[in-house]
Amino acid sequence: MGTETQAAVAARAPTMWRRWKSRLALASRLKRLFAKKRRPGSGIEARPVIRKLVWARRLAQTGFFALFCYWLVNTGFRGSFAGASERVRVGQPVEGFLLADPFVALMTLLSTRTIYRGLLWSVGLVALTLVVGRVFCGWICPFGTLHHFFGWIFPSRYGKGASRIEQNRTHAVRQRVKYYLLYAFLGAAAFGSAVGGMFDPICIAVRAIGLAVLPAAQYVVGGASSAATQSNVKPLQGASDAMVDVLAVHVWQGKQVYFHHGWLIGVLLVAVLFLNRFIPRFWCRVLCPLGALLGLFSRFALVGMEKDHAKCTDCDLCLVHCQGADSPQGGVKWRQDECHMCMNCEAACPEDVIKFRFLPGLRSRSGEPDTGRRTAVAAAAAGAVSIPLARAADALEVNYSEKVIRPPGAVEEHEFLERCIRCAECMKVCPNNALHPAFFEAGVEGLWTPILIPRIGYCEHSCVLCGDVCPTGAIQKITEEQKMGVDQKPIRIGTAFYDHGRCLPWSMATPCIVCEEFCPTSPKAIWVEEVEVAKREQTPGPDGKEPPMTKIKVQQPHVDPDLCIGCGACEKVCPVQDEPAVYVTNVGETRSKTNVILLETENYNRS
Amino acid sequence: MVTRREALQRIGATAAVLGGSAAVARVAWDRGSFGVVQSGLSPQTRDFRLDPVHELPQLAIATTSIDPAELVRKAIDALGGMRRFVSRGDVVAVKPNIGWDRTPLHAANTNPQVVAEVVRLAFDAGAKTVTVTDASCNEPNRCFQRSGIWKAAYDVGANVILPAEHRFRSMRLRGELLDEWPVYRPLIDADKVINVPVAKHHNLARFTAAMKNWYGILGGRRNRLHQSIDLSIADLATFLQPTLTVIDATRVLLRNGPQGGNIADAKELNTVIASVDQVAADAYACGLIGATRDEIPYLKLGHERGLGTMHWESLRRAEV
Repeated sequence: MGTETQAAVAARAPTMWRRWKSRLALASRLKRLFAKKRRPGSGIEARPVIRKLVWARRLAQTGFFALFCYWLVNTGFRGSFAGASERVRVGQPVEGFLLADPFVALMTLLSTRTIYRGLLWSVGLVALTLVVGRVFCGWICPFGTLHHFFGWIFPSRYGKGASRIEQNRTHAVRQRVKYYLLYAFLGAAAFGSAVGGMFDPICIAVRAIGLAVLPAAQYVVGGASSAATQSNVKPLQGASDAMVDVLAVHVWQGKQVYFHHGWLIGVLLVAVLFLNRFIPRFWCRVLCPLGALLGLFSRFALVGMEKDHAKCTDCDLCLVHCQGADSPQGGVKWRQDECHMCMNCEAACPEDVIKFRFLPGLRSRSGEPDTGRRTAVAAAAAGAVSIPLARAADALEVNYSEKVIRPPGAVEEHEFLERCIRCAECMKVCPNNALHPAFFEAGVEGLWTPILIPRIGYCEHSCVLCGDVCPTGAIQKITEEQKMGVDQKPIRIGTAFYDHGRCLPWSMATPCIVCEEFCPTSPKAIWVEEVEVAKREQTPGPDGKEPPMTKIKVQQPHVDPDLCIGCGACEKVCPVQDEPAVYVTNVGETRSKTNVILLETENYNRS
Repeated sequence: MVTRREALQRIGATAAVLGGSAAVARVAWDRGSFGVVQSGLSPQTRDFRLDPVHELPQLAIATTSIDPAELVRKAIDALGGMRRFVSRGDVVAVKPNIGWDRTPLHAANTNPQVVAEVVRLAFDAGAKTVTVTDASCNEPNRCFQRSGIWKAAYDVGANVILPAEHRFRSMRLRGELLDEWPVYRPLIDADKVINVPVAKHHNLARFTAAMKNWYGILGGRRNRLHQSIDLSIADLATFLQPTLTVIDATRVLLRNGPQGGNIADAKELNTVIASVDQVAADAYACGLIGATRDEIPYLKLGHERGLGTMHWESLRRAEV
């Protein structure tokens, strides 16, 4: 037995070495890569136009993904050499993908009966779908591209060959889910809530990359940079500074950004990307409501697939790289509403079965989602009733949380919920990291809607960028004059209050008034009164007596609620670090007629 | 059966892993301690002052123009010209006040023309690079843009740097109050430092110009400094003594400082003060907003510490 083991050990080592050597043999690998592949079966070449279209698709996916990322990192204020009086705007249509999103347009159309400004672009995408089907999913959608990519690299060992073919067959039950989600979200929209934005792929991409991936990457770079700075190795410091400079100027900002409960958004992204390991493009096939909506339109598409079933040898090569799981193989009907128009099937077919063409015959296709009418209605009804259910809880009509400070220019809360799609554009653009995705502060329905957390960042007085990028008008496009109140009433998002027990001049005989210094209104909403207060010396008197008392002059701050705009600058800079001595709540916000303190002179009932 | 060779290999592997674990544990062993570690090292102060030249003025006050750039030229020329302060090949850091998101009319930041003229004079004197930067209070992009300083300084060739976290380094100020603080590197990694503050009202410190302007070299939680603002200012002015101070008093914020916001709170005074003595410059300039030097404690502290003199009358002066 001993000799056997020895022999086995001796034999194993060289084979392993040989195997690795052959793996590493680059030359032979390259040769195989560039060798003209012999096509199996009859070996009929794909049409040249299809081979070109497949590459055009890859190019388009790369380009649109790059454009998405470019707009995403430019969703912020970078400063320029513009003059002092020049208006500060983003200057690029950074929310462009959202404007072209028909799911967003339809939801807000149902909830507000209007289509807001740039959302009209979504008609263009509907038109495109009506001509060439779900080209958006296969060629344009940045989130789809991400899933395409991970669906390609993740399955590695397990998802090859027969098992991958199995995964890419149409699974009717699974693929119906996205239609139910679509109907439910549209039902919710009809009942006054754009809550479906939580599941919109563009919203997810902006939210997850903008609020989780980029901040985490910035955190890693920040750690590496401070390590390099502390190393005291000059060339390393220089290189690190140069790199961090470029990133700070072109990718993010000079300060680390943080987002309230951002981890959840990040974890959900990782989870949905990881599902590609088991089912390629799980998101697109199973969950995406935008894909479902485009699927509803695609049955009218003028370009589609025709199959010559007789020629099919059931080799299933078309299924190997099928993106939509839309039954491209012979012998079954092609599911046009599921197809991403990636053209992989025709490029792979060696038997001349599959042909994409203008006005194809309709015999071998099925255009409708196979959801039953009853279940569809039930899904829509379920979505609709979920809204009154959520609102009958105590987060909106009563016991509205004082922490739900909405961005300046936000419309009244009910209309806000009709419009806000949780796309996180406003949070990404906010130069002070003031806007954050709500967790349950605004109730279950308000998940990921923007709230201002002054302790992390305050609302910059002259800044109107959040409304500038909002695609749905949840935050209106206001001017600096409207916001700051030049010859009119300023826009107020809340009111500041003092906690005298924590305030240094009020209760600790210590000068401070940083809040007054930062108060941006003119005249200042925070005013100070100089008073003489008692102060106890720190050292005991003679013979262990109580320390002597002295008097000290301090300036004690007060808020004028009529002038306070609730920007939160005072709360941000208050040196009482944990729980500030001055804090902002949303009472007195301009957009609400009920969330008020003061008896106003204006007649609000007029409007 | 196990062969001798295999037995030795396996025992050897076990021993190697054990030895490795023990070595790592020994090196990384922390016995635990509690309390602030005192490094006990000397302060890392930065003194950029030059040797005094005995016949030249120490304090120049320029008032005979309404052009900010000309006032700067006159004041610096009166001190002996920029060549006295900047040598060929110098790396120069210019520290204006770019603290607030306010336009030049509000007079909360240094006048951009004043900053640009200082930069130009430094280049004329042979400076290799001139860096213009500040650690702003409001959002920096907006402060740099809307103050007009970004464009004005860039147009004359300055290297304008926006503050970012990685540009701060913890340094030992070892002042009476301020010990270790993150300091903004671009303003101290230079051969010469020129302080170009704006003179204005400050509700807590009463008056701010040169010495208070050093708040802008600190990172970290500087909102605590206000609890002892005079001592903080004195500590910072001790830590960093500039080559030259040029106070912009062309347009001065008289009320609601330091941020202001109302154009009516500012007034044209058409004055630029240049000095080699930051305390004297402040002591003179505070009179412009109607304050007296005796009611500003940080001037007295600076005077007592020998950073300069609050009795500006005792200096050689030039009024141009």
